[in-house]
Amino acid sequence: MQLTLWTYEGPPHVGAMRIATAMQDVHYVLHAPQGDTYADLLFTMIERLPKRPPVTYTTFQARDLGGDTAELFKDAARLAIERFQPAALLVGSSCTAELIQDDPGGLAQALNLPIPVVPLELPSYQRKENWGASETFYQLCRRLVKKPTPQPTEARPRPRPRPTCNLLGPTALGFRHRDDVKEISQLLDSLGIEVSVVAPLNASVADIEKLAQADFNVVLYPEIGMTTASWLAREFGQPFTKQVPLGFNATRDFVQEVCALAQVPVPSAEHLSANARWYAQSVDSTYLTGKRVYLFGDATHVVCAARIASQEMGFEVVGLGTYSREFAREVRECAKSYGLEALITDDYLAVEEQISQLQPELILGTQMERHIAKRQGIPCAVISAPVHVQDFPARYAPQMGFEGANVIFDTWVHPLMMGLEEHLLGMFRQDFEFHAGAAPSHLGSGHSAAAEVPPQLAAKEASNQATWSVEAEKELGKIPFFVRGKARRNTEKYALDQGVSTITVDTLYDAKAHFSR
Amino acid sequence: MSPVIPIRAESGVGCTDVVPLVERGQREVFCGLTGIIWLHRKIQDAFFLIVGSRTCAHLMQSAAGVMIFAEPRFGTAIIDERDLAGLADVHDELDRVVNQLLQRRPDIRLLFLVGSCPSEVIKLDLSRAAERQNQLHHPQVRVLNYSGSGIETTFTQGEDACLAALVPTLPTHPTNPAKPAKPNSETKAPHELLVVGTLADVVEDQLGHLLSQMGIEVHFFPPRNSQKMPTLRAGMPFLLAQPFLADTAKLLQDRGARHLAAPFPLGLEGTTAWLQAAARQFGVSQADFDRVTAGPRQRAEKALAVHRSQLQNKTIFFFPDSQLEIPLARFLNRELGMHLVEVGTPYLHRQLMAPELAWLPSGTRISEGQDVDRQLDRCLQDHPDMVVCGLGLANPLEAQGITTKWAIELVFTPIQGYEQAADLAGLFSRPLRRRQKLAA
Repeated sequence: MQLTLWTYEGPPHVGAMRIATAMQDVHYVLHAPQGDTYADLLFTMIERLPKRPPVTYTTFQARDLGGDTAELFKDAARLAIERFQPAALLVGSSCTAELIQDDPGGLAQALNLPIPVVPLELPSYQRKENWGASETFYQLCRRLVKKPTPQPTEARPRPRPRPTCNLLGPTALGFRHRDDVKEISQLLDSLGIEVSVVAPLNASVADIEKLAQADFNVVLYPEIGMTTASWLAREFGQPFTKQVPLGFNATRDFVQEVCALAQVPVPSAEHLSANARWYAQSVDSTYLTGKRVYLFGDATHVVCAARIASQEMGFEVVGLGTYSREFAREVRECAKSYGLEALITDDYLAVEEQISQLQPELILGTQMERHIAKRQGIPCAVISAPVHVQDFPARYAPQMGFEGANVIFDTWVHPLMMGLEEHLLGMFRQDFEFHAGAAPSHLGSGHSAAAEVPPQLAAKEASNQATWSVEAEKELGKIPFFVRGKARRNTEKYALDQGVSTITVDTLYDAKAHFSR
Repeated sequence: MSPVIPIRAESGVGCTDVVPLVERGQREVFCGLTGIIWLHRKIQDAFFLIVGSRTCAHLMQSAAGVMIFAEPRFGTAIIDERDLAGLADVHDELDRVVNQLLQRRPDIRLLFLVGSCPSEVIKLDLSRAAERQNQLHHPQVRVLNYSGSGIETTFTQGEDACLAALVPTLPTHPTNPAKPAKPNSETKAPHELLVVGTLADVVEDQLGHLLSQMGIEVHFFPPRNSQKMPTLRAGMPFLLAQPFLADTAKLLQDRGARHLAAPFPLGLEGTTAWLQAAARQFGVSQADFDRVTAGPRQRAEKALAVHRSQLQNKTIFFFPDSQLEIPLARFLNRELGMHLVEVGTPYLHRQLMAPELAWLPSGTRISEGQDVDRQLDRCLQDHPDMVVCGLGLANPLEAQGITTKWAIELVFTPIQGYEQAADLAGLFSRPLRRRQKLAA
């Protein structure tokens, strides 16, 4: 039993949902009690997907536990196929259903369904979200991928077709997966390599069936795609990439690797460039030198971010860690190369403690580290899932490839520039424009308007200003801070207009009603 | 006794005898654990420890989102393989986690062990655990337990279970009169009223102020601090501030308190009728009632008019969520002129809801429980002007051109009482106004 305040990963069935939701024509029947449907909001609210995840929850209740939960599952599966007409069905249990041991796989088999059924065994009390996503993708591929038909040997030699590859690993709810896929597809295309299938994101069952036909696989997210890529290598002799194209140097290495796999020439260095590279070299970036950074996230993003931080930004990595236990070995090795010991944990309190001890100048982490950073007043940028709604931006913002390197440069430097600005404010604290009462400049000039009112006018207004009664002031204090200023202004304006000299609780609410729109 | 204020003339019994459309299927609602999100903000020295799975912890942080930057006063003791396989004694493990927690948070005076689906299924006896831990930690910390599991509770029922667990701990007044207080001022019975159900502090203060101006002393349950639990008296009258507290109400009645039937304090009319139930109980004169409420009522009336022009004759469809649906539908229909297409509720408690049902237009389609796919079919078929639904359904419906209002906001926002009546209306008029603006 473990005390948990926040968790980095959800349960493994949420990982399975990320696969099903990413795909076009797969449905997931999840044996689960009422309440587990909360997971839908991850996709519809955090990722803002315009459709419901393709998941049917059996929604059993306490009174069902006596007998017919299995029947409930069978009905739900039958109805889901009738209504949604998927090309393949995933079936499995959430944590509670795992305890009642109804065996959704066996039950679904007994239904003799007209489509492929993939039973998922995702041990909820042992494994977590990324493992669940990886295992689901793997089981789906094992069930669906077809042996490539051998090409008939022709008498005349044809011109060699463009080499092909698959992109493996992107899912729903992934950190920038949508944009990474676009960026890497463009990069591969520019190298003369064709992307055959991207999976599971936007893939259909028919796409999965033809995975083995490509020349090789590109593993974008090892946490999710590695198990499947290894199996495809064993089963069909398809090689796969080891280098993840996160960062400028890593992207160059990735280009070398895919060009070798595809047997195409490597473009010259000037064709492989990024603004980030020059910006990092430019003189104004000198102040970045030796900034102490702390990294935490999934294994892939942390290992790659450490390389960017150290080699491309000139930072000093003072600590790093991951919640991906499955990749602990890789992260430990990476940490060793910076003379550090990796923190392998899913305990957010342990991460917070390490950060307090190290007092870094920049935290590169997840949504959780953003909370920690905010509390400790340390600049922070997000480099890995779990992320929140603001990390699904409307604009194109990949992390991978050369454009990804540019996005990362901007994202990491931004909180530090803000820090520099605060520093300047501190230096000029006694200056009339930067006095202690002035709002931080990044809030815009409007916030310092009060300071610009000529003294005579200010005095005149003050004489007309109604005074606040103690009770009204107290009542105002109960209004949430983010609208309190507006409430105060509106009430004072109302009092002025109405010729009220003392603002009472009633005036406050009269004004509220007056301005209520 | 005649009503203190003439309430709109009734034309029959409304939906009193309604036969709801009862459905069974996939439910797109939260479980009772979610109530912790507002309960822990209310009782400021309480900690809620869920005994459950990673799913429970993930639900809590997904539902609470980033609202809480500080260390929250809730957490999950995640059951793992070793506990299930019997390699570790679950009770020993739970004691260890509780010790760890209390060492970390010495400010905690009330600890709830909250049962979940997994803890219920493995029949983990949390009442025994709470009893044992009370022996260790009381009086510094009182330990109680309740279940917020999805197999037993829906969303707001979690608060009902929590308050029901507190009721047996409420102190009784030492000079407990044997006979119940008479409902008039001639007896010596104090004018004490209990208001039951979590309200925002600002709403409590407003309602408390209005009632105290009528000479009624109000105690709120749950209180803001566990050391300030209200004291019960035999025959003490209580009003429900929230519609989902059936078990709590029953336990209070078992302890001799008396429930005052009333509509819920949503909207101008609901708030007036709710206050009136208390005024009637304590024999407050109509003149006094008018004197106290006239100002706020006029303000609310004026502020509501703006929203009425935007909501009048618009159609609305409620998916089940918090059990607030029926009082909300009543407010939107009677005070703002909206037409009710369907009013879904997770559970229909006829007795507590009787005054509300009587105020709904007869023939209103009321549904209880849920089969979300079939309900979505009906909704798309009806194509209402606005849908009230959970977070999982809102964006998919918006993408199909249907204006929605997140139901969860109605639980987290101060919406009760006169001063909030227009805010409540605004929660419905804003999405419609927004769609108009974006379409222009």
